[in-house]
Amino acid sequence: MNIFESIKFALRGLTTNKLRTGLTTLGIMIGVMSVIILIAVGNGSSKAVQQSLDRLGTNSLQIRPGERGFGGGGFAGARQRGGASSAVPLTIADAQALVDPINAPDVKQVSPIMNANVTCSNGTSTSTPSTFSGVWPTYFEAANAQIATGNYFSADDVTQGRHVAIIGSTTATELFGTDNPIGQSVRCGGIPFTIIGTTKVKGSTGFLDGDSLFLAPITAVESSITGYTGLSSIIVEAKTATGTNDAQSEITTILNTRHRIKAGKSADYQIFNQASLLSTSASSSKTFTVLLGAVAGISLLVGGIGITNIMLVTVIERTREIGIRKAIGAPKRVILSQFLIEATILSLVGGLMGVLGGFIGSHFTIAGTKPIIVPSSVFLAFGVSILIGVFFGGYPASRAASLRPIEALRHE
Amino acid sequence: MTTVIDVQNAVKRYGIGDSSIFALDGVSLKIEAGEYVAIMGPSGSGKSTLMNIMGALDNLTSGKYFLDGIEISSMDENALAVVRGRKIGFIFQSFNLIPRTTALANVELPMAYQGIKGAERRKRAEAALAVVGLTDRMSHEPTELSGGQQQRVAVARALATRPALLLADEPTGALDSKSTHDLLDLFDQINAAGRTVVVITHEQDVGERAKRIIRMRDGKIISDESNIRRAS
Repeated sequence: MNIFESIKFALRGLTTNKLRTGLTTLGIMIGVMSVIILIAVGNGSSKAVQQSLDRLGTNSLQIRPGERGFGGGGFAGARQRGGASSAVPLTIADAQALVDPINAPDVKQVSPIMNANVTCSNGTSTSTPSTFSGVWPTYFEAANAQIATGNYFSADDVTQGRHVAIIGSTTATELFGTDNPIGQSVRCGGIPFTIIGTTKVKGSTGFLDGDSLFLAPITAVESSITGYTGLSSIIVEAKTATGTNDAQSEITTILNTRHRIKAGKSADYQIFNQASLLSTSASSSKTFTVLLGAVAGISLLVGGIGITNIMLVTVIERTREIGIRKAIGAPKRVILSQFLIEATILSLVGGLMGVLGGFIGSHFTIAGTKPIIVPSSVFLAFGVSILIGVFFGGYPASRAASLRPIEALRHE
Repeated sequence: MTTVIDVQNAVKRYGIGDSSIFALDGVSLKIEAGEYVAIMGPSGSGKSTLMNIMGALDNLTSGKYFLDGIEISSMDENALAVVRGRKIGFIFQSFNLIPRTTALANVELPMAYQGIKGAERRKRAEAALAVVGLTDRMSHEPTELSGGQQQRVAVARALATRPALLLADEPTGALDSKSTHDLLDLFDQINAAGRTVVVITHEQDVGERAKRIIRMRDGKIISDESNIRRAS
């Protein structure tokens, strides 16, 4: 009795009651499919969180001026801060002090940002960029802003305080329509700037249009638009993701010295660590994934119990047939293998269909999340479904095989 | 002459203690190769139990049983499966064909369990079905066959493995008189070809066809004699 014959017998057994076979397979299929899809949804949402944080840079730190009893350190860089009492504003000198290979060896680059809220006009059209910033050239790397046409401005442009600017696509369209903005002149808050480049389309994040953008050398913005009121923020990039915490303490030391913050006193600035933000959100999305996986696992288990139930019913229903087979010389292992193969085929087909369904289902956006399949979850779900088939099918199979022929034959 | 069946002081008891019943109460019996034996008796006489013992379907409480010179009473389940497949051809009252399976596949089945290859198996199955006169019904399933035809498929299945012993338990119990007659003619023919046939029955006219008649009552053999009209 070879394996092919056993498989043939098993297939014959399965096709005898097609509806029952179909429903059992469906149970396993739904179990496997839900494991794959739900874990993919969890994974997709955690990837989405990670990507949005990656865009900021995992090894970047953001320094903002501290709370001053009103408003908070928002985007409004144009707000008058000079008159505020105790706190010392962040200055370009602070930013320059952080570029220090001896005291801050983990800092890769520093990018001070001076935000303003002004309206630009070229005589015919106007535009109010949602991000109007005076920056250093390091900003382009720190904020992942790449040039589409034209050029970056240089360190020399910053030193000289040249009135040049790089704009985003939304701002370009608002001001110049379809005309090439490069070389055009524009007045922002009455101050003239020459457009030297445009950035690549970034798309919007949330309600903020990433392409409504106007970037100019920080010196030009500070001297002619905002005044010397203090920086909106400083973005510091650490050399490595693991060095972020070291960089943070180095920065703290340097700024505490410069701002004369005594030990134990609270600082007049805040440092936001993207890495710690990332790990918090990563762990919360991991919990989410585990939860979804557990729900899916339960449905897989229910599918397995379905297989056991069907196999038990099948064995009882076919007790007499088992008796006949044994009476005409079927050894125990042949009966055992026939029922085991039946259970395995059920779970194998159900598992494969579930994997297929999982792959198809993961192409749709579910609850606003693009599911991303975790390969290990596919193997896990498929493997578990096979194991369930063998284990849960094994019990009824061994019961069938151990029946004494005389008892089985008497069964009606 | 070889002894096919040798039952020595067989006891089969059901239940324990005071409520126990002796289905077989010290039965000793020898059947030689080529014999045609009928075991007769009313229900409850122990003849079915004896048949189950002889067919290696059940085991004894005490006593010994040798089939074709091999002791069966001490065998394990796997060895018993082999014995059932090779030494014994069963014919049951209710035919016991595998449902939704063609006549040919049914006849092939015991040979499949023995590991006989497909082509050889098919040849032998076709030959066995030819012997019982069902060559034109080979691809029919049990539900498409009459009772007599089903029983003949069962005979073909029993014959195909070339067993030492053909064991029939009330083979005519579910058949009409015409089919009964045909089946008994078939048994005569099989026995004439040299095969040992043991028929368990409570029907007098079926028993009369055998060459030796053993009568049982209350788990004991009460008579064992040659059938004068048939023995030659």
